[in-house]
Amino acid sequence: MHANGHRAVAVIQPRTSGLRLGEVVRSRDLLYFLAWRDIKVRYAQAAIGAAWAVLQPVLMMVIFALFFGRLAKVPSDGLPYAVFAFTGLVPWTFFSNAVGSATESLVTNVNLITKVYFPRVTLPFSAILSWLPDLGLASAVLLLLLPIYGLRPSWTVVFLPLMAVLAVLAAAAASLGLSALNVKYRDVRYAVPFLLQVWFFVTPVVYPASLVPRHLRVVLALNPMTGVVEGFRWSVLGHVPAPWTLLAVSTATTLVLLALSTLYFRRAEQDFADVI
Amino acid sequence: MSSDGAVIRLESVGKRYAIGATQERYRTLRDAITRSSKAIRAGRREHWALKNVDLAVHAGERVGIVGRNGAGKSTLLKIISKITQPTEGRGEVHGRVGSLLEVGTGFHPELTGRDNIFLNGVILGMHRREISAKIDQIVDFAGVSRYLDTPVKRYSSGMYLRLAFAVAAHLDSDVLLIDEVLAVGDAEFQKRCIGRMAEIGEEGRTLLFVSHSMPAVLRLCPRVILLDGGRLAADGESQKVVRFYMDAGGGSAAERTWDTDDAPGDEVARLVAVRVLVDGRPNDEVEIRQPVDLEVEYLRLTADPAVRPSVNLHLLNEDGLKLFVTNDFTEQAWHDLPSRPGLVRSRCRIPGNFLAEGRIFVLAAVSSYNPTMIHAMENDAVSFQVVDRSEGDGVRGPYANEWPGVVRPMLDWALDWQPLPGAAPTQP
Repeated sequence: MHANGHRAVAVIQPRTSGLRLGEVVRSRDLLYFLAWRDIKVRYAQAAIGAAWAVLQPVLMMVIFALFFGRLAKVPSDGLPYAVFAFTGLVPWTFFSNAVGSATESLVTNVNLITKVYFPRVTLPFSAILSWLPDLGLASAVLLLLLPIYGLRPSWTVVFLPLMAVLAVLAAAAASLGLSALNVKYRDVRYAVPFLLQVWFFVTPVVYPASLVPRHLRVVLALNPMTGVVEGFRWSVLGHVPAPWTLLAVSTATTLVLLALSTLYFRRAEQDFADVI
Repeated sequence: MSSDGAVIRLESVGKRYAIGATQERYRTLRDAITRSSKAIRAGRREHWALKNVDLAVHAGERVGIVGRNGAGKSTLLKIISKITQPTEGRGEVHGRVGSLLEVGTGFHPELTGRDNIFLNGVILGMHRREISAKIDQIVDFAGVSRYLDTPVKRYSSGMYLRLAFAVAAHLDSDVLLIDEVLAVGDAEFQKRCIGRMAEIGEEGRTLLFVSHSMPAVLRLCPRVILLDGGRLAADGESQKVVRFYMDAGGGSAAERTWDTDDAPGDEVARLVAVRVLVDGRPNDEVEIRQPVDLEVEYLRLTADPAVRPSVNLHLLNEDGLKLFVTNDFTEQAWHDLPSRPGLVRSRCRIPGNFLAEGRIFVLAAVSSYNPTMIHAMENDAVSFQVVDRSEGDGVRGPYANEWPGVVRPMLDWALDWQPLPGAAPTQP
């Protein structure tokens, strides 16, 4: 029990506002267990379990290597196309899975939202974090496979965790608002897969950013995932100069989008229990 | 704490729901586009689930919240626990609030008992370390130690429930909100729950307890508030408020009647009235030596001869202990009832010198068996007080102190007398 003077006071009133980011940090135990639940349940009944984490980007890579690499002869910054595509598909798969689960996270936890109060923002965040082990596993497999193509990881691989952080922020920026919107309008759940498909093609995952004319590259960089994918590829291979400008622009858009997304979430969350 | 020491303070709190919005569950974008928001609003009726509620609860108080369905009890708990915001008014809650609005919230069937204890604990606001420190206590209380590493989907519903209550009951919160948990679980477990809740109060923590079970409320809470149509209708000493509440239901504690549109029931049978009769008149006080009649009137709506509804009455004492259940199908007259729609009146006589002193709560139901179906059921439909005036000819005779036992039947005794062997015979 807390001493009386130090007890938290909850004010009950019709409307509250603000980003309240501190709440996310304070609920780290909750974040951890919700993410851990998602991971455990996800692979509980799957025969090959976590192997899916690797299989998903590998299969995508095979398909793209065949159609884009062999048939369409898409350039790949001088790298073997399969390696090029795989380094893009690993962060993209994380992003796409994370956005998909986070968007659904509030709706799939209806019984929690209507029965108990806890910071709602932990639901989409934990859904995103639950894909981090998959990202880690796929990245490890990627690093182990490089020697097959006669390549070695560059020293810049130390930046990989930074890229993971940026990927988490990009996924949060994309999905916080969408998850809240999904509570009110279930159209969102049908629109998101389509949105992700379009997003995939405006991100340099299976083609290099250098394929885009120089004057349009800034526009490409406005996409938060451009920085993440190009940054991820560079940190693994170090085959090109560090794409700092690209990263800076993408990170800036991510942060702006994240702030807007969070503000909408904060406004909407007060009605979740009544609307869901 | 606020200046007057209240842990929970609400000032003119109100909560409005748009009735349509809660019923259609969610909107699609098309609805929003094709109808302007004004049109949507005009098409919905508004409903104040709570209105002008003022409340101050002090540290260590145990407060019962009673009222009919839809009176706003759950909404009140949801506002105090911050699940939902009030539409108007304001309030403060000091300290950590734990809520048990539904047993097993957040349990995942695929996870083991141990996993679920941690998951449920953090959802209810505990830290990982606190849970580790308390896990033995929780497991002990729930009595599931052997199955701790089994997924809860393999648990019996009783085990599941015990575990869920155990987690919430060991939550180290300053304020604990509990909604209707005693509606489930066996008698033994209910007893332990009540015991645990009483302990929580003794530990100086504040307890708000919503229940339809008047006996449980009376046992646990010295103070009771009554909500009626979203407003605070009474707030005070529990015996008085519960009595007032029972009296307020369609006449008096001795009589409940329903209009046809809000009569509990289905397409087979609907309750019309439940009465406690002493000497043929509604009365909620009966002398222990007097017989009392319980009368149920219901509408039989179906003409299907295969459906045979019957009345069953459950009598509970103040401790929530079910004294007995009785059914009118034991009577030949029941078999002779026409199977056409009509008003059925069924009356059961409880003999004098049978019930013990205290308040008796009556659950009235109309059900059919084969297959078993409950058509209408009303918890605490009526209640009455059994009083023992101790005039010397009752079961207790001239003995004036506490007379234990859940019933107090006047039984036949056989007595005889024999002289001691060898004693001198006395002259007749």
